Amino acid sequence: MRREQRTTPQRSVALVFLAASLAALTACVPGTDGGDSDQASGFPEDDIEVIVPFAAGGPTDTVTRMIGEPMGESLGVQIVVQNVEGAGGTVAAGQAATAAPDGYTMLMHHIGMSTAPALYDDLPYDPLTDFETVGLVTEVPMTIIARKDFEPNTLEELVAYVEANQDTVTLAHAGVGSASNLCGLLLQDAIGVTLQEVPYDGTGPALADLVGGQVDFMCDQTTNTTGQITGGEVKAYAVTTPERVESLPDLPTTTEAGLPDLQVSVWHGLYVPAGTPEDVIAVLTEALQTALADQGVIDQMADLGTAPVDADQATPEAHRALLEEQIGVWGDIIGASQGG
Amino acid sequence: MDLVDNLALGFSTALQWQNVLFCLLGVALGTAVGVLPGIGPTAAIAMLLPITFGFDDPTSALIMLAGIYYGAQYGGSTTAILLNLPGESSAAVTAIDGHRMALAGHAGTALAVAAIGSFVAGTVATVVLAVAAPPLSRAALSFGAAEYFSLVVLGLIASIALASGSTLKALGMIVLGILLGTVGQDLYTGAPRFTFGLRELYGGLNFVSLAVGLFGVAEILRNLHDPRTRQRIVRRVTNLWPSRADLRRIVGPVLRATGIGSALGVLPGGGHVLASYASYAVEKRISRHPERFGRGAIEGVAGPESANNAAAQTSFIPLLTLGLPAHPVMALMVGAFIIQGITPGPDVMNDQPALVWGLIASMWIGNVLLVLLNLPLIGLWVRMLTVPYSILFPTIVVFACIGTYSLGQNPYHVLAVAFFGVLGFVLVRSGCEPAPLLLGFVLGPLLEENLRRALLISRGDPSVFLTRPISAVLLVLALVALVVTALPAIRRKREVVFAEDE
Repeated sequence: MRREQRTTPQRSVALVFLAASLAALTACVPGTDGGDSDQASGFPEDDIEVIVPFAAGGPTDTVTRMIGEPMGESLGVQIVVQNVEGAGGTVAAGQAATAAPDGYTMLMHHIGMSTAPALYDDLPYDPLTDFETVGLVTEVPMTIIARKDFEPNTLEELVAYVEANQDTVTLAHAGVGSASNLCGLLLQDAIGVTLQEVPYDGTGPALADLVGGQVDFMCDQTTNTTGQITGGEVKAYAVTTPERVESLPDLPTTTEAGLPDLQVSVWHGLYVPAGTPEDVIAVLTEALQTALADQGVIDQMADLGTAPVDADQATPEAHRALLEEQIGVWGDIIGASQGG
Repeated sequence: MDLVDNLALGFSTALQWQNVLFCLLGVALGTAVGVLPGIGPTAAIAMLLPITFGFDDPTSALIMLAGIYYGAQYGGSTTAILLNLPGESSAAVTAIDGHRMALAGHAGTALAVAAIGSFVAGTVATVVLAVAAPPLSRAALSFGAAEYFSLVVLGLIASIALASGSTLKALGMIVLGILLGTVGQDLYTGAPRFTFGLRELYGGLNFVSLAVGLFGVAEILRNLHDPRTRQRIVRRVTNLWPSRADLRRIVGPVLRATGIGSALGVLPGGGHVLASYASYAVEKRISRHPERFGRGAIEGVAGPESANNAAAQTSFIPLLTLGLPAHPVMALMVGAFIIQGITPGPDVMNDQPALVWGLIASMWIGNVLLVLLNLPLIGLWVRMLTVPYSILFPTIVVFACIGTYSLGQNPYHVLAVAFFGVLGFVLVRSGCEPAPLLLGFVLGPLLEENLRRALLISRGDPSVFLTRPISAVLLVLALVALVVTALPAIRRKREVVFAEDE
């Protein structure tokens, strides 16, 4: 009798633990009942894992999940997203570089893939030789914004103001190596000044201080800034892409506003480990292109203030060309900023 | 009147059956992850966020995610009280006196008090959200780096109160915590610090690893080391419910804590982490019997738990009014907004009134659900103490490992649990308490970040800390707190004076 009284609560406690853990775990293990593939090469026969170097819910994760669904549909398997965070995405890239080169492990990475060699001198992989490119996915535009009561009203005025007040102006950014930081470096380079940078741990706190008027101006992705711009909490000067952004039709491009040297976007691309067979890459590229043409994906990206890249950019060749060019560009700019 | 209309809209949204269901699902999941050692609300929401991508109605998605967040604050206190196993920073404070109460056979009372306090605080915080969100968020934005720095200084000095033993050892623990907090990549330069060449440490040590190791695993080691303490745990679990006297004792702490928590929660720069510590420090400071703190004071459970829940809810204010996330959980909520096609920003409150007010109303409904869910469970939780150690210990360790690994598939987080388990055991054996260390670990990075940021913005001029009025006031308060702590003699004399007056 005593024994029974003691075992019952044990069991129920164990059950509660189990039930709760199952509830939590089902979330990260999506269904594995992928259908058979029609592909001639027999690839893929199993679920494909995409490593995302940033937290779930962030812009990169969001983009991955958006295209993951239609990609999985056209491949007839499940695309499983795995978030591996740390060290500006280099932990995830390092992990992907050493994965089996069979197409079942992909890496989604953004512009950080091209800046890591300049930012980290002990990188455990080489972005160019340890990976094969699958294709570009999207190029998220960036915006130059300032606190509401900051004096300059146009990009032209901003350039003049910054030149005249180099010693007092503060430029916020979302952390060393972040897209916001890179854009800020490029901006200083384009104007020809060195400003006091104020780093934050992510865009959220940086924006909070900008809205609160604690810092003067910053540069960040439309994904993060559109709401504050349309809400009138910050002043916007320009968008850093050749084309205007649909969600901010009144905002001029940097070229229109007189600073054509400032061209930057947070480009995202898919990678597989070096040594992955070409026909496997071809299958993945085709699935990517199918996903990018999907109307649902186009709509979802428009909500984010971005768009899928053109079909001719979602190719291994175009992706590799951009990666090579960007490694050169950022090597120079980051090297210059660290050297002096 | 606007407020009435808004609340009516909110409740009519939140009371739709599917929203109540998602709210219930959220708080139940939140309670579960809060109870499980190692899985905190951030990890849980990150894991569950992708599920909400398929939801048709963004309101349901956000109601569920919010429910997970404040539900986890509730659940986190359960393991802290029963097993000395805090799942997140606020629960570490609850563990100090809550676990002592459990050991003395008052686990049920402690859990009930935590639930009641949280409910009261949650209700008040919901009202605060509804009435004063926009002006509060404006006020919060006047907090810059200098103000945060001074606030953290005040918090650290006040936190010496967390220790019931030696003040010097408590100070040592705070400093050690601050040092551990510096591990990882420096925010300002990107330089790795104390990483020993391990890229996996670039992101810094994880709070959950530290807490689970220092509290949970160390507690297990201590019990195994000394079989007598093992038997000391009272099988005879008396009075599940708080007595009238208990309830009278917690009225003041709960109300004060609600105020403290609501105010700190609004600050987007991390005020919410201070809430439970601040409440504990205040209660111990104004108590006529500060010596009871650390030995099972019911105020030490009621206060921090209420503060924590109030702050959890008011930390939604910057997000809802301005689209600015106050902490990582809120950043995930921003992700949820974006996925649902809503651009977070100051317009959300006007453009999506049903969503915003529905979410606010759902928090109160969620608090009711949590009480209904948790009070009956107390009996069950308490019996967990009767589970034999041969089953309980391995279960805790396994769950802790799964939980910490799930944080980012980083095996070093699991190794850290083992390391800090041993360290925690050594510290406890040498009379050092882990709570101040944990506080140092949480506040250290905030201290450094804001100190350096304030100086960057002021171009190296340290006078900003004194010329900005809010900052100056906070520093003066810190100085007062320091003097009061350093001169316990003053305090004793004062008590004698009071006693004579009566």
